[in-house]
Amino acid sequence: MGDPHTRIPDSETISLLNDRQAINELIERILALSVDAGLKEAAIFAVRLAIEEAITNAFVHGHQDLGSDVPVIVEYKVSNGEIQVAIEDQGPGFIPDKLPDPTLIENLSKPFGRGVMLMKAYMTEVLYNAQGNRVIMKYKAS
Amino acid sequence: MPVLDRLAMLTSTLYNKAAESGVHTYGRWPMTESRLRVSKIEEITQVEFIDRNILDEANIQAISDEISGLIEQASAPQLLINFANVDHLSSAALGALITINNKTNEKNGTLRLANIDPQIYEVFVITRLNKLFNIHETLNEAMEQFNTATS
Repeated sequence: MGDPHTRIPDSETISLLNDRQAINELIERILALSVDAGLKEAAIFAVRLAIEEAITNAFVHGHQDLGSDVPVIVEYKVSNGEIQVAIEDQGPGFIPDKLPDPTLIENLSKPFGRGVMLMKAYMTEVLYNAQGNRVIMKYKAS
Repeated sequence: MPVLDRLAMLTSTLYNKAAESGVHTYGRWPMTESRLRVSKIEEITQVEFIDRNILDEANIQAISDEISGLIEQASAPQLLINFANVDHLSSAALGALITINNKTNEKNGTLRLANIDPQIYEVFVITRLNKLFNIHETLNEAMEQFNTATS
């Protein structure tokens, strides 16, 4: 079980700016490593979606009161059949348990609120630190 | 009338005339590049994505604006979104689709989604959005439903 309060051991660390090209390049790099580690199409789809959501949440929500040039820290480690990614923003954090369930009928027509739900649906493990500004996700091929 | 006002009026007239005759115009004045291929089949407006990558926030907003423009032009928009070429999307893209669905419904129109790849469809199922949207496996099936509804 990963610890969301500590660095992923032996991981690559990147300071990521809110720039679509930089974000795409980072995601593609992580996915390329994942393919090399033997992950199949369904896993690649899942990891891409979860990382995209986590990064979006970090910039859009985590940094909503911060400047657009404030970076988000991303750590990643790809090993045999397992991918670990941590995303840490510099915002005040939040309480993931308090998020409304986007699958309830009354929430279906709302155009927001699905990011964390998708991360949890597609990754094997999603853990937030106590403050809520750092999330660690793991995908383990079964 | 000042030149710029005249030019704006002329552009607006041309834009509306083009839309009426089913020709897609590439954005409003000033011209922006279209990210959609729009075609008209009888009363139904079909939309396809030119760019495989619809994840970019700016792209999503531009796509949403373009489609909103199409909805505004029609009285009871019959809109079909063809998901051929879409191999990944984000919750932001889902949000844009929801907004489009809401706008179409507000105008008493119908939105149908078709040709969604199984992995993408899975995202709709997981989020229960398959209950919100009219989703069809094929374009033909979607067209049939449009025709049934109006008869």
